[in-house]
Amino acid sequence: MANVPEDLQYSKDHEWIKVEGDIGTIGITDHAQNSLGDVVYVELPKVGESFSAHEAFGSVESVKAVSEIFTPVSGQITEVNESLQDEPEKVNNDPYGAAWMIRIRLSNRGEVDSLLSAAEYEDFTKAESE
Amino acid sequence: MRYIPNSPDERAEMLQVVGLGSAEELFSSIPADLLLRAPLNTPAALSEIELLAGFEETAGRNRAARRPSFLGAGAYSHYSPTIVDHLIQRSEFFTAYTPYQPEISQGTLQVIFEFQTLVCQLTGMEVANASMYDGSTALAEAVLMAERVTRRQKVVVSESVHPEYLEVISTYVQHAGIELQRLGFDAATGQTAPAALSLLDERTAALVVQSPNFFGCIEDINALAERAHSVGALLVVCVTEAASFGLLRPPGASGADIVVAEGQSFGIPLSFGGPYLGLFATRERYARQIPGRLVGEAVDKEGRRGFVLTLATREQHIRREKATSNICTNEGLIALAATIYLETMGPTGVREVAMQCAQKAAYAARRIGGIEGFTLPFNAPRFNEFIVRAPSEANALLSRLAAERNITGGLALSRYYRDRPNDFLVCVTETNSRAEIDALAEGLAALTR
Repeated sequence: MANVPEDLQYSKDHEWIKVEGDIGTIGITDHAQNSLGDVVYVELPKVGESFSAHEAFGSVESVKAVSEIFTPVSGQITEVNESLQDEPEKVNNDPYGAAWMIRIRLSNRGEVDSLLSAAEYEDFTKAESE
Repeated sequence: MRYIPNSPDERAEMLQVVGLGSAEELFSSIPADLLLRAPLNTPAALSEIELLAGFEETAGRNRAARRPSFLGAGAYSHYSPTIVDHLIQRSEFFTAYTPYQPEISQGTLQVIFEFQTLVCQLTGMEVANASMYDGSTALAEAVLMAERVTRRQKVVVSESVHPEYLEVISTYVQHAGIELQRLGFDAATGQTAPAALSLLDERTAALVVQSPNFFGCIEDINALAERAHSVGALLVVCVTEAASFGLLRPPGASGADIVVAEGQSFGIPLSFGGPYLGLFATRERYARQIPGRLVGEAVDKEGRRGFVLTLATREQHIRREKATSNICTNEGLIALAATIYLETMGPTGVREVAMQCAQKAAYAARRIGGIEGFTLPFNAPRFNEFIVRAPSEANALLSRLAAERNITGGLALSRYYRDRPNDFLVCVTETNSRAEIDALAEGLAALTR
């Protein structure tokens, strides 16, 4: 059973976000890393780039496939996790911690309200796999 | 009849199963008045001896093929050692396709790995792919790659790039949301005009140049790289005459970010324009954006060296519409020929070919430039091609040279540049003898006297 921490919010694209003030920290879920398999490369944007909600901000490459990663909210990148360049396996080992991917300055706080709670995301992944 | 794979007995059995008496009954639905009841109006069959004699007679009428030729402009007449054709016809190699289960074909993958290594050495780059269709499509793919790397949509292309390459780029990008801007060339040097570089801005994905360019002029790659990099754009360098790698500094050593080339000069016959060979190389940091196939070196579970397809997750069969390119193959047999050519010639041989090309071209330029009424309009350094300005219309002059002197003297620029009716492009390679060059110069002088 995939790990879904209570204190995060989720998107239907299988990203998690933790909002503190107007900064959101974003990564991919345990369910997502599990489906991808061994991650060998993470491509991330540059600090200062802007994205709108549901736009691809990078990609995760596993031994099986390359998948795009989408930001659940609009905003400007304030920080990216450079350590994933050398240690992409963190995405498999610690998707909610050491493998956070970007920090983004939210341009529309309202978008957060439409995201899924932990319980809703669990239901969503269950429904998806049925 | 001997090529019909089933025997008369088998055919009779099949007819029996479907309930027919003869094969003709299969066509009974065709109205009788439409059937041809006479023999076909074709010549009688020839014996092999007669057939060969007939072909030889026809081939003998092809005078242009045996004329001394000074045509270049993207397709070059170089000598190819006999070993190239001999080895590529070995049955182990004689397929143009990367196999569908690639790792079973270690020999094919090793050849491609060696080919990629040679391309890196020639271009001065860090990673090369398994080849593209030809130089022009490789250049178009480089433009698309620059857009992916920089996420910018404007590409600035020098007009001294081969006009047909420019057309291929236009075709590739016309529906890709990429805006092409053309950059003029300097009328005195023939190089990309420094003033026009003001077109480069923060929206520019790449500056695209060719060197030696379409007029044979060698571009100042260092300066162009500096200008491109100053706005965060990539410098894409295209080479149509790969023999120049033997003498000129590799573009990678001068700051190019993507180097593409037409590899036909490396042992590939002219063959009326194809199949040719696209070389594609870039920096390792852009490896994930490189189009096409890549072969990598690996070790198997027992620690033995082996070769694999690398980064295949970027390719179309896995990544669908997000793939780096829709090319899922390479020019396998042609890349093999180029690999054998380069490994046979070695660094010394490749340099010797380049030296001969450059020196013979310099001699030809001096001879032709010294004829009364003829000038060489561009003064930039050159390799083995140069523009000549004749005292009269170049097209007519070259036609007379062919008809009256049996020499193909070059390519009239009016085909691409209507404002240059008297200019033509001359190419000299190691296959042109001094006597041929002298005959060219004497012919031009005599016909304009």
